[in-house]
Amino acid sequence: MSDLSSVGIVIPQTAHFSEPLVLKSGAVLPAYDLVFETYGQLNADKSNAVLVCHALSGTHHVAGRYSEDDKYPGWWDNIIGPGKPLDTNRFFVIGLNNLAGCHGSTGPSSINPATGKPWGSAFPIVTVEDWVVSQARLADTFGIKTFAAVVGGSLGGMQALQWTLTYPDRVKNALVIAAAPNLTAQNVAFNEVARQAIITDPEFHGGDFYEHGVVPRRGLRIARMLGHITYLSDDAMGAKFGRKLKSGEVKYSFDVEFEMESYLRYQGDKFAGEFDANTYLRMTRALDYFDPSAECGGDLSAALSKVKADFLVVSFTSDWRFSPARSREIVKALLDNELSVTYAELTAVHGHDAFLMPDPHYHDIVRAYLENIV
Amino acid sequence: MTPVPVQAHIHFAEAATERRDFAAIARWIKPGAKVLDLGCGDGSLLGYLRDALNVRGYGVEKDDANVLACVKNGINVIQMNLEEGLSGFEANSFDVVILSQTLQAVYQTEAIVLEMLRVGKEVIVTFPNFGYWKHRLNILWGNMPVSKSLPYQWYDTPNVHMCTIHDFDAFCVGHGIQVSERLVMADGREVGLLPNLFGNLAMYRFQAA
Repeated sequence: MSDLSSVGIVIPQTAHFSEPLVLKSGAVLPAYDLVFETYGQLNADKSNAVLVCHALSGTHHVAGRYSEDDKYPGWWDNIIGPGKPLDTNRFFVIGLNNLAGCHGSTGPSSINPATGKPWGSAFPIVTVEDWVVSQARLADTFGIKTFAAVVGGSLGGMQALQWTLTYPDRVKNALVIAAAPNLTAQNVAFNEVARQAIITDPEFHGGDFYEHGVVPRRGLRIARMLGHITYLSDDAMGAKFGRKLKSGEVKYSFDVEFEMESYLRYQGDKFAGEFDANTYLRMTRALDYFDPSAECGGDLSAALSKVKADFLVVSFTSDWRFSPARSREIVKALLDNELSVTYAELTAVHGHDAFLMPDPHYHDIVRAYLENIV
Repeated sequence: MTPVPVQAHIHFAEAATERRDFAAIARWIKPGAKVLDLGCGDGSLLGYLRDALNVRGYGVEKDDANVLACVKNGINVIQMNLEEGLSGFEANSFDVVILSQTLQAVYQTEAIVLEMLRVGKEVIVTFPNFGYWKHRLNILWGNMPVSKSLPYQWYDTPNVHMCTIHDFDAFCVGHGIQVSERLVMADGREVGLLPNLFGNLAMYRFQAA
């Protein structure tokens, strides 16, 4: 493979932290691992570091491939690489798997040293604030005092926003993409249905399914199917699947008849085979709890009064899960604090998933913004 | 490569003249002021004011190519449609709100001027004067005006609400707007005599009554 715009073959690394982490809930994680990848070179004064935060089901594998014949690159490979909008010729990019994840960082499926068994239900609930603190500790291991930018879409965008609150002096720019200042009731409701699908799966065993040698696949796949419906727009689904039938005619059965069903089942099965149910519960809870305005009685502008970073806020017109109106709330709060902010409301058909798509104008905006920093 | 919009060609061709408009606008703005430019295009006015007066500027723009140009120029730009109002901006949150050569291209003219008065302590409006003698001649000969200040054919113009200086004066009186300064220019030069006839660009400065 000689793709010059790819970061190439990448190798994940693991950092161990033995200093206990006191979580927002009050629970304490005595020690933990964070698995991460880096792309590009950290410069001498360590001023070119960019942190990429992942969304609900993301990982530390943001760009590049693990081998020459690796079928899929990292989840945001289309935006990160030499000459790409997040240009690894200029920036040192860090992607990590968040705490409570299931791709190598300490999470519910990790072994709890105290018991010698998987954490399971005993793994604490983590919040966006907790993630940001753990990410800062990872930055410390590189000697990175200030990120040139923290970037994220969806739940990742919430982390980017939280960075500017928790560490106003440690982040120069926040790129908050397809995010929201908190979840709407409708969004919390979707998350609750997903969690109930998992929790009521008989093979969930209250979260301690590992010791039973089973996985709550049914719950996970329903949760993922529901998620996929909400990440796409009605128009995008219509364009991709419409009412197309798999065999060309109805069979008066409950088998897969519509192409749409086939897609959802495929996505659900794939996800259930590789994602951890306990992680899913915790990721959705982190989404539910995120609400920086809560400390100020719901006044987001007051909550952001300590922020110093410059912002690029991006939303997508067909995103009904994290709608442009929600991004505009963030923009207003930033304007109320006279912060530097640029807001791009991009015309897109892909719904919430648009933030992962290689739309040329979207990428031009991100590229142009990043070219003006450092 | 995305094609350069027609307006951009015009912009660069008339850059020198436009800079004189910019300089005139700049004379009405205090150094370091907080400025909102509605319909900011590629951000060149805000860029000029930033370089000349160190203003803290924000632009509002709906067009994708212009928003991208602003980002490239390092201008804070909020992508939104002016016609939907300025609910994303607090009352009196800007020292100056500018509507530069955009008045004639908006539908909700009244609502937008009132919103500017709400958001800004001071308002600057500039527009091409339809009463300019060349435009009158065009009409007299039976054609829609096409000129340096109105560079569009009738079928491709973004302009929907053309007015003359007399019309805008009457608008201000009718809406209780007290004009503190008015400057009329023609091709970058100030016009004193019969401004509604000899000026092709009108510039107004006013505060809420």
